[in-house]
Amino acid sequence: MPIHEKSLIRPENLHVQENLEVEGVDVSGHWSTFIESRVVTDYNEAIEDEISALPGGEYIHRCWQCGSCTNSCTVHAINEEFNPRYWIYLIRMGMESELLRDKDIIWQCVSCNKCTYACPRDVVPEGVMKATAHWLELKGHTPKSHSTIFDEIFSEQVIETGKIEDGRTIKRFFKQTGQALMQPWMVEMVKRMLRNLPIGLMTRMGMANFIKPKTSDWSGARDAIKEYVSEQEAHHRTALGLDDLVKMAESELKASGSH
Amino acid sequence: MSDKKTKYQEVAYYPGCALEGSGHAYNRSTKALGKKLGLKLKEVDNWNCCGAMEVKNIDPKLQTYLSSRVMSIAANKMKMDVVMAPCNGCYHNLKKAEYDLQNDEGSKDVVDRLSKKAGHETYQAGQVETIHALDWVKETIGEDGLKERVKNSLKGIKIANYYGCMYTRPRHIFPEKDSGPGSESTSKPHFMDDLLDAAGAENVDFPLKTACCGGAHTLSDSDTSTKLVANILRTAEAAGAEVIATECPTCHSGLEMHQIRAEKTLGIKTDVKIIYFTQLLGMALGLKPKQVGLHENVSDSFDFVKKKGLA
Repeated sequence: MPIHEKSLIRPENLHVQENLEVEGVDVSGHWSTFIESRVVTDYNEAIEDEISALPGGEYIHRCWQCGSCTNSCTVHAINEEFNPRYWIYLIRMGMESELLRDKDIIWQCVSCNKCTYACPRDVVPEGVMKATAHWLELKGHTPKSHSTIFDEIFSEQVIETGKIEDGRTIKRFFKQTGQALMQPWMVEMVKRMLRNLPIGLMTRMGMANFIKPKTSDWSGARDAIKEYVSEQEAHHRTALGLDDLVKMAESELKASGSH
Repeated sequence: MSDKKTKYQEVAYYPGCALEGSGHAYNRSTKALGKKLGLKLKEVDNWNCCGAMEVKNIDPKLQTYLSSRVMSIAANKMKMDVVMAPCNGCYHNLKKAEYDLQNDEGSKDVVDRLSKKAGHETYQAGQVETIHALDWVKETIGEDGLKERVKNSLKGIKIANYYGCMYTRPRHIFPEKDSGPGSESTSKPHFMDDLLDAAGAENVDFPLKTACCGGAHTLSDSDTSTKLVANILRTAEAAGAEVIATECPTCHSGLEMHQIRAEKTLGIKTDVKIIYFTQLLGMALGLKPKQVGLHENVSDSFDFVKKKGLA
């Protein structure tokens, strides 16, 4: 079945008449399955341009729907609903409501690059997944995913100090996402570490709270990166029309305030 | 001596952040192995994080800059022409930066602008060659050299060689791979198999050499990673492996962490040991388990290596 017809045969769109006779022929049950007629009118054709404007989404227009990405996908193998080819199709067609049905799983791409390896058109589907997840968050369709929170904590630390220390990143991540650090499997892992490492690693992880690993002479790079990142963020906001949205809201607030 | 053999005798060593933290065993064993083999490692001065799996999601060109800074120091300050990175993530990112700087004007502009502002020379594509620890051992010592040096053969140890994602994908950033006899393959990598085989190991037929462990989401989507890792561990055991040999600190810690998590949350218990290939080679060459950091692994393989005559 062509991928664009997939949504037509969802259970809620199928109607089966228990008793139906057509021109004297009994077509009850299975033989009288009807598909709800549907005319798509809610296209949002800006989506493709918006996603192309975000890092990773640049080459979405090259896709010719061969399906190699989904076929090779690590996450698809454990969750059939994870379907990069389908999402690329929906984005290019502007079928926003259909795309939003899967909004809570798109961020789960593990960046294994199997799709990018398999893609014959150099679409870089892995990048498109990241751009789409990013788009969903910027547009307010989803809250920041755990993956984004982790990326931000990590990147912030790299930008500040030039380096990463695992223990510190992990602790901040668990705190920020409201998860208990000492879950049973984590306790078991620490126990196993301690078995052969009475002080070594744990001390190192603990010490890192006081002596933060950092790249010396980093301040020049830090300032340059910060300036660049805020420029890029502004650029993405403009591409997604978010600035206009804010301006509109501001002027409405002003107008209501003047009464 | 072949060109590479001469060229790789002394390399700039880029351990990266993981090797100073959770992957310290890999750092220790790589250095010990180099020393044992008479190869010189000069750590990159004042290196920074390559961007790992995270910075690219904030901005890919920023990741290119971070990786380029490391190569710039190696080339311009240290006057080295080879950078060796044992971590798959670092290796991948340096390769990716090299590719982007050769092919993408936009990346070049960002790197040039950030380098100037940061006050160091801009890295120019082609100034250094980035290699993995596997290339390093394979090209300098090779199978024949290892065979001559083996003290404790890995004979009778059944190993599944696990390469992960970042060492081979995507193909285009590794132009030297898939380039005829002697080169590494991106679909069926074999350098680790070759080296461990030379040290006497019995490599099993492992179909998931380049499967993904979910390393990028090991904490942010642990349930997915646990499923992926459980599959890797069970498949290795089904193939008869007693050990999974690793070459990446993210894969290695991911396998260790989710081996425990699979047992605790899914009731899937596996006993396969997880050991860095540098630890296995080091012990084969006569180094003690502690010299290769076996005590720094979470996966406890002391009794196992003793039983196999390596300690």
